[in-house]
Amino acid sequence: MDLLYDTLFNGLAIGSVLVLAALGLAVVFGLMGVINMAHGELMMLGAYTTFVVQNIFKAVLPEALFPIYILVALPLAFVVSGLAGLLLEKTVIRRLYGRPLETLLATWGVSLILQQFVRSVSSAFAIGLVVAVVAGILVPRFTPKVWWQQRWTPLLGTGSWIVTGLVGVVIASVLGEQRVFDQPWFSARNIDVTAPVWLRGSIDVGVVNMPAARLFIIALTVVALLLVNWFLQKSVWGMRIRAVTQNRTMSDCLGIPTEKVDALTFLIGSGLAGVAGVAVTLLGSVGPNLGGNYIVDCFMVVVLGGVGKLAGTVLAALGIGILSYVVGSGSLLLVWPAMPEGLNAVITFFATTSMAKVLVFALIVVFLQIRPAGLFPQKGRMVEA
Amino acid sequence: MRKTSLRLLGGATALATSLTLVACSGGDKAGGDFDGEVKVGILHSRSGTMAISENTVAEAELMAIDEINAKGGITIDGKKLKIVPVEEDGASDWPTFAEKATKLIDQDKVAVVFGGWTSASRKAMLPVFEAKDHFLFYPIQYEGQECSKNIFYSGAAPNQQAEPAVDWLLQNKGKDFFLVGSDYVYPRTANTIMREQLKANGGKVVGEDYLPLGNTEVAPIIAKIKQAMPKGGVIVNTLNGDSNVAFFKQMKAAGITPANGYSIMSFSIAEEEIAAIGPEYLEGTYAAWNFFQSLDTPASKEFTKNFKAKYGDKRVTSDPAEAAYMMVYLWAAAAEKANSVDDNKVREALIGVSFDAPEGKVTVMPNHHVEKRVLIGEVQKDGMFKILEDKGFVKPVAWNQYVPETKGYTCDWTQDRPDAGKYKM
Repeated sequence: MDLLYDTLFNGLAIGSVLVLAALGLAVVFGLMGVINMAHGELMMLGAYTTFVVQNIFKAVLPEALFPIYILVALPLAFVVSGLAGLLLEKTVIRRLYGRPLETLLATWGVSLILQQFVRSVSSAFAIGLVVAVVAGILVPRFTPKVWWQQRWTPLLGTGSWIVTGLVGVVIASVLGEQRVFDQPWFSARNIDVTAPVWLRGSIDVGVVNMPAARLFIIALTVVALLLVNWFLQKSVWGMRIRAVTQNRTMSDCLGIPTEKVDALTFLIGSGLAGVAGVAVTLLGSVGPNLGGNYIVDCFMVVVLGGVGKLAGTVLAALGIGILSYVVGSGSLLLVWPAMPEGLNAVITFFATTSMAKVLVFALIVVFLQIRPAGLFPQKGRMVEA
Repeated sequence: MRKTSLRLLGGATALATSLTLVACSGGDKAGGDFDGEVKVGILHSRSGTMAISENTVAEAELMAIDEINAKGGITIDGKKLKIVPVEEDGASDWPTFAEKATKLIDQDKVAVVFGGWTSASRKAMLPVFEAKDHFLFYPIQYEGQECSKNIFYSGAAPNQQAEPAVDWLLQNKGKDFFLVGSDYVYPRTANTIMREQLKANGGKVVGEDYLPLGNTEVAPIIAKIKQAMPKGGVIVNTLNGDSNVAFFKQMKAAGITPANGYSIMSFSIAEEEIAAIGPEYLEGTYAAWNFFQSLDTPASKEFTKNFKAKYGDKRVTSDPAEAAYMMVYLWAAAAEKANSVDDNKVREALIGVSFDAPEGKVTVMPNHHVEKRVLIGEVQKDGMFKILEDKGFVKPVAWNQYVPETKGYTCDWTQDRPDAGKYKM
């Protein structure tokens, strides 16, 4: 019985990380059909936000407030990743709707840009970038209007961006001479995010030892799920999102602003990735490569769960969590110590973390052979491509 | 619509130009009076997962080269030669290492290559160096069971790190061992050796588990550790890279800490990694290395001081950086002794060469490894090590004497025999 509780808790703990990480992707991929390879990097932005918030709390605010920094980091990470996602949607993904392959490649490129951005961003770099972008936006405002109605206007636009870009480069390299501006903010090294003390210990409930960080993540997952579910089912915009998902053309005809709906969906999905980024700082390393560690698992969960259904995502994540725990920890041997020799050998063989992962992947492949659309396939009319 | 996309294109072009320009800035400003040059290759991962660790090693090598050049370079035949590094990026991709090594040897005609970190990258380069009969200097502690004529190993062999560490744990910390490692050649081979060593010395392996590189879910391993040793015991950690962070954070949360009777010994955690993981998760755990920044000798302090002056105050020195730094000096000394930069002559001259390294006076042994100082340290609050035991200088053993397959074998490149790399003693 103890073992059952233990397994359930640990399975839940592993599963809840997967749910949280995959939730944003389930929204974006499930509702919009966008394969967002930069999802992991949006998580990374959330984790870096946590790092910045932590340092501000350490440096500026009184020590007594430090334990709650993580609660401040959560909404901020949502905003930062959400805005990054919004920018991504407005500039790249909007142009590629209905072209999954191009979206995949473009977002993968964006993920590389984001990784390199956190590696190399320094004050000089940031100031140069901001100056270039702001100047580029302002140029049309401060030049005669007629310039912008000519046949050669596109050339002028490109030219002005090149000029402002060069201005940015010059500013960045001039500032870069100064040591103060040249220091990278984060560098390519992993950074140290320290959980507050109340999240470092563990609580014994009955026979099960529950690490506080795990409990926090489980609670966070439940809250996030409830909020997302409420938003999609009850709020006006949520209903619009679902309407667009089911039939875009008809929704458009009925006056739903589909472009805004797309942007909002993407913002929420990206924001959720940011929240997941905060959560994973409690468990693992924070560095430019953080996203890559989670992206495959996220897609696995969403595909197994069935595109378009949150319930599927939750069930799939918990299933994978419990299965990988049971196999990886070898607890089957404890339940049935007298099992036949051959079976015993097989289970022992798979009872390491890396072999458990192989087995879980294999089982998912087999499952998808039987039910290609996942646990909860979308019923009725298909989402248009 | 068209206008915006063109503007966007313009913006992207501008951004790309700016990135290229930023990347191209900087250059070397060395000068002085030299009679010639000698090219050496530096081949580490400057991008990808391993870049975090390998950058430091490459930096230490460049620092040694700069220092030697500042003192007038190396003197061959009465001529002062300037050492010119040719840098290549292995990109954390093992086939790329082999490819770049070929390029350095054939195209750049370097005298020697300093490079590699993971055993996988070394195993990828080995055939290249053997086929071209060239010379690779490899600076990282590794799993042993190798002794190539064409590789010089300046990091620790298992008997200079893992074995003394296990002995120390057996004497001071307990008999029940749990082995955790990343799933690739180094941890698996190191754990094979440890299993044999424990069997021979009365210890017991109560469990063993491997995490794929980059994996961050440690819950199943924690469950196994708790089942196998509920009251505490010894955990030997050969994880590499990011997984370490997840491992220590989650272990702490689950109460597997030094305070609860668990002694944790890591073989891949140096000062650099502690800073990234956070000292509060590692305080009280152990590590075995040949050099610690806290080593209190004039040479060690000088090395750390110079490193910080060159690369920034916040930087720390570590064992891999020290091994990389000293191997450049060992090569320079061997070249001067041979009075040639030809790799075959340097190879012969190298054996017996000594250098006052930051860890102490190191000497190259006939098996292409180095006699090194063995230290055991405990992580302190400030992220530095307190040295608990100094086992002095230990001679390297390439072929492990605990593993039955290699017991009784040795390696001696001064012997004139075809099987000098591995023969029965």
